[in-house]
Amino acid sequence: MSEDKKTLFINGKEVEFTDEINILEVMRKNGFNVPTFCYRPDLKPFGACRMCVVEIEGRGIQASCTMPPEIGLKIQTNTERTRRIRKTVLELLLANHDRECTSCEKSGNCELQKYAEEYGIRNIRYAKKKEYEAIDDMNPSIVRDPNKCILCGACVRACEEFQGHAVLGFANRGSKTVVQPMAGKNLCEVDCVYCGQCQAVCPTGALTIRSSVERVWSVITNKEKKVVAQIAPAVRVAIGEMFNLEPGENSIGLINSALRAIGFDMVFDTNFSADLTIMEEGTEFLDRIAKNQNLPLFTSCCPAWVRYMETTHPDMLNHLSTCKSPQSMLSPVLKEIVPIKNPDITRENLVVVSIMPCTAKKAEAVRFEFSKDGVLDTDFVLTTKELGRMIKEAGIDFKKLEPSKGDSPFGEYSGAGTIFGTSGGVAEAAVRTAYEIATGRALENIDIKELRGVHNRCRDVEFDIDGKKIVVRVVSTLKEAEKSIQEIKNGEAKFQMLEVMACPGGCVNGGGQPRSCDSSLIKEERAKGLYEDDKNLPVRKSHENPEIKKLYEEFLEKPGSHKAHELLHTSYQNRLKGSYKDFE
Amino acid sequence: MELINNALLDIEDLKQKSIEKINKEGLRVLICAGTGCVANGSLEIIKKFEEMGINVEPLGAKEKMAAIPTGCHGFCEQGVLVVIPELDVTYVKVKLKDVEEIIESHIKGGKPVERLLYIDPATKNHVFKNEDIKFYAGQTRVSLANCGEINPEAIEDTLAVDGYRALYNVLKENNPDKVVEEIIKSGLRGRGGGGFPTGKKWMFTKMAQGDKKYVVCNGDEGDPGAFMDRSVMEGDPHKLLEGMAIAGFAIGADEAYIYVRAEYPLAIQRLKTAIKDAEAANLLGKNIMGSSFNFEIHIKEGAGAFVCGEETALIASIEGERGMPRPKPPFPANKGLFGKPTLINNVETLANVPVIMLKGADWFASLGAETSKGTKTFALTGEVNNTGLIEVPMGTTLRQIVFELGGGIRNGKKFKAVQIGGPSGGCLTEEHLDLTLDYDSLIKAGAMVGSGGLVVMNEDTCIVEVARFFMNFTQNESCGKCVPCREGTKNMLKILEKITRGEATMEDLELLEELASSVKDGSLCGLGKTAPNPVLSTLKYFRDEYIAHILDKKCPAGVCTALKVIEIQKDACRGCSKCSRICPVGAISGELKSPFTIDKEKCIKCGACLDSCPFKAIVQK
Repeated sequence: MSEDKKTLFINGKEVEFTDEINILEVMRKNGFNVPTFCYRPDLKPFGACRMCVVEIEGRGIQASCTMPPEIGLKIQTNTERTRRIRKTVLELLLANHDRECTSCEKSGNCELQKYAEEYGIRNIRYAKKKEYEAIDDMNPSIVRDPNKCILCGACVRACEEFQGHAVLGFANRGSKTVVQPMAGKNLCEVDCVYCGQCQAVCPTGALTIRSSVERVWSVITNKEKKVVAQIAPAVRVAIGEMFNLEPGENSIGLINSALRAIGFDMVFDTNFSADLTIMEEGTEFLDRIAKNQNLPLFTSCCPAWVRYMETTHPDMLNHLSTCKSPQSMLSPVLKEIVPIKNPDITRENLVVVSIMPCTAKKAEAVRFEFSKDGVLDTDFVLTTKELGRMIKEAGIDFKKLEPSKGDSPFGEYSGAGTIFGTSGGVAEAAVRTAYEIATGRALENIDIKELRGVHNRCRDVEFDIDGKKIVVRVVSTLKEAEKSIQEIKNGEAKFQMLEVMACPGGCVNGGGQPRSCDSSLIKEERAKGLYEDDKNLPVRKSHENPEIKKLYEEFLEKPGSHKAHELLHTSYQNRLKGSYKDFE
Repeated sequence: MELINNALLDIEDLKQKSIEKINKEGLRVLICAGTGCVANGSLEIIKKFEEMGINVEPLGAKEKMAAIPTGCHGFCEQGVLVVIPELDVTYVKVKLKDVEEIIESHIKGGKPVERLLYIDPATKNHVFKNEDIKFYAGQTRVSLANCGEINPEAIEDTLAVDGYRALYNVLKENNPDKVVEEIIKSGLRGRGGGGFPTGKKWMFTKMAQGDKKYVVCNGDEGDPGAFMDRSVMEGDPHKLLEGMAIAGFAIGADEAYIYVRAEYPLAIQRLKTAIKDAEAANLLGKNIMGSSFNFEIHIKEGAGAFVCGEETALIASIEGERGMPRPKPPFPANKGLFGKPTLINNVETLANVPVIMLKGADWFASLGAETSKGTKTFALTGEVNNTGLIEVPMGTTLRQIVFELGGGIRNGKKFKAVQIGGPSGGCLTEEHLDLTLDYDSLIKAGAMVGSGGLVVMNEDTCIVEVARFFMNFTQNESCGKCVPCREGTKNMLKILEKITRGEATMEDLELLEELASSVKDGSLCGLGKTAPNPVLSTLKYFRDEYIAHILDKKCPAGVCTALKVIEIQKDACRGCSKCSRICPVGAISGELKSPFTIDKEKCIKCGACLDSCPFKAIVQK
């Protein structure tokens, strides 16, 4: 290899490296795999599980996740010692683990199970843990089973590094160490924002999604009920991964068919209500700019972000857009209009199920504000992973399905609606519409690349709207959002709109998506899939969506109208009370 | 280094003034006020000496007497210790009621109080002077040189014995590189356990890029029974502060932390006083001694986690995080406290620094062994006659320590083993008695210098129980982060418990060995990497004893309760029923005047019957 390249040796093979943060990444790139529980590419290396140990000449045993690459390192990944350590770790973890694998939510997707199989662990020689701890299942989105926790700390780091929260943390010392919500409370008693990232990075069944699958089956099989679905943008570019499709491959047609095969009566698209959100939020934004009120405007599509604001900064709720999220806009519209269009359906027997990349949507759906006469607008929320499981359970061969279109009138969407599923997408969609409404001119280049990206968690883009400078800031993760809030509090903020998505990279990397922690590139592929969809759509601006126009003409009058406010807008509450802060 | 006032302050003048002040105090009676002696009532004794001494006119030249509280003398077992250097006498086991007699008889009357003198266990003779007590005679005190000799709360006492002179010289010479070179040349190695060359550590931190650097002193002395760092902090706090300031000057740091466990309140109080006094005297703080060198020292109290003695966990703890070790690299020298280059040294290491700078690297290197220079303190405990804190040149043999300084095994019992280096150390046996104690030979033998704990065991000690004891400690103190340490130590403990209960099989022994080597190889930090040492070393040297527990179901030392068998010998029993009346669980029954029997199911093996039998008919096997 040439002189200026940096190389090291893995199992005798000379390989190149550049700016990888650890030798584990170098090894993976070159096809040398080592197991790990605690290393997650988007989280800081922790070095706790010791599964990724390698032997380095002159350095002895090192965890490859915490060892930075250096020129000339001679690494052995598979030696008698490293195998022994890995087997010991597996055996020790399994001795402590609730090994009821067959009935575990994570069975088949569990990393502990996978490596135990790969390393041929057949006999656990250490004494089994005797105590059984109660399962914590009062949180609307997440179920915590301490009996399956292997203390890799991924959830603790995700909560801290993504959301700046310490909802989960280590407690006690030695073999009594546990990961638990603050002060040993239940997960529903703390300021959890329900983003589900803890669950997304969990290698075992210790943190799982609170499932609605059985309840959805029961309404589907109930002949009295008419069950309709709405599908969020990011679902279509991720669910295929559960059926051996590539990340980012758009499978909306297959999803529509799968839902019908499962027994859904009608299938709508949340992309439609994303367009609706833009109509309302764009108008609201221009109105605030005109009145110079409540700026910067905060987007309100992300329920984890909304909850964060309510529990952490209730004094700044006026900044949040009063628009409901696309999920919570579409459901009441469906409940209003579907019965009008279909005489055999009544509001009472209509069930709306939303398919979301998000665990926090489950909590959003049960907000009092999103109900009418004691009935929830969105009856059930299924995450991408749960839908994938239902498809499998129904015996549907996903890849062999004939793609089909969504039902009208709420199945049509613009490119602006589809990019809602990735960080920067809401802002881009809003700019496309707001610019035209404000100036009366069409935007020259509607691909606003500066707003895009799933890795950079904070970016500012300046727009010139008829001589008026408008800065739009896009952030993902609440840790980043908090920095922007502090800027506002310190009077340093230069932006007028703040788009926040709590999951790193946005909804494509949501807590309800299939496993995405294997590589930080997966979310990039999914985002690409959404931008590809946008590019290929005939209509790419929300206000040009013909079905949107029709809805306003027939029903809502105009954005911001009384009727629109009734169905599409909401209010927020100070939720400082009831959180752990009360006990401080 | 620019001089602010064109000249450094006059350290010699400070020294002379301090000596004058001390001389005016009169006859100095040094009373140990270390933690051990305080627990034995030394504070009351000091008060009594003060009260009674006001009007005392000692025999001889001095016009009055002064009661001086000092740091630990090291011979804690004999406390409270009272030393009167001018009368060449050391009194041991002094009680409050003895004060009057010492004053009346010796100080005023010139007649020593014989009954309060130390008695040599071998010769049974009274010993007057420290130098003649074998416990002290075999020692070379460098880091502990002033402990017990000076009042740690009076800065004059420090200045009178050349305190801060090394710092003065260093500032005057104004050559940080030379300081680092000197420490490298001295061969000083980390005294906290690792034994890493101190000078190299200084060099790395000096070379590291950074606008801000820190010095951190590790005073989180957590090994059970170890108290050398505490003694320095309590007995000679200024020496530590001076060592830190020299380190700060050498590496370019202006801020420092001393991490002391909260269980050392006296050390914390004395350090605080010392920092305040040194700052007031311009020996610490801003523009030290008139130079442009600033050095501010903070105290951070630990919350009692053993693992915080591990440097990265300690750093995390100072930063306010959970005390969990962080992976290395990056090493603290490059990225330490608050992400800045940080020099982290143990108390004893830093206490050696002023002496090295004052007496020279060559002098220091002349002490000790080939690769381990200088002296090392050990906390000598267990079944020896003389227990306490000792400082000996590196390379001293175990035999010298146990049989000369330590005065041999108590009650004429036989020597069995020593556990050296605390819970992470190893067990050495009779064959190692002539082993020289230094970093490398100990590692070779499967033990380590560690912080210097030295527990001597006699023939009545069960070696499996010893391993179980230390494993119980480490598994409790593991931080819980990495799997091998958290789960491994717990399961090693479970297997050891099984062995002591006589329930283990030979497969368990194999599993124990396999697990021990995985924990040693696979753990994240030093705690886990060394936790199996007691098991591995005892398995190496006392395997028979393990096997006796497993195969013969016997504890050769007769310690493990579950393996004890208590029987009444029929021939010797007269049927007096005394044992059955004393048995707390009603396990003994029989008819009067005929032999009694013990129900083995009920017997809890407390041994109460053994002592009760007037005919010695009950035996334990």
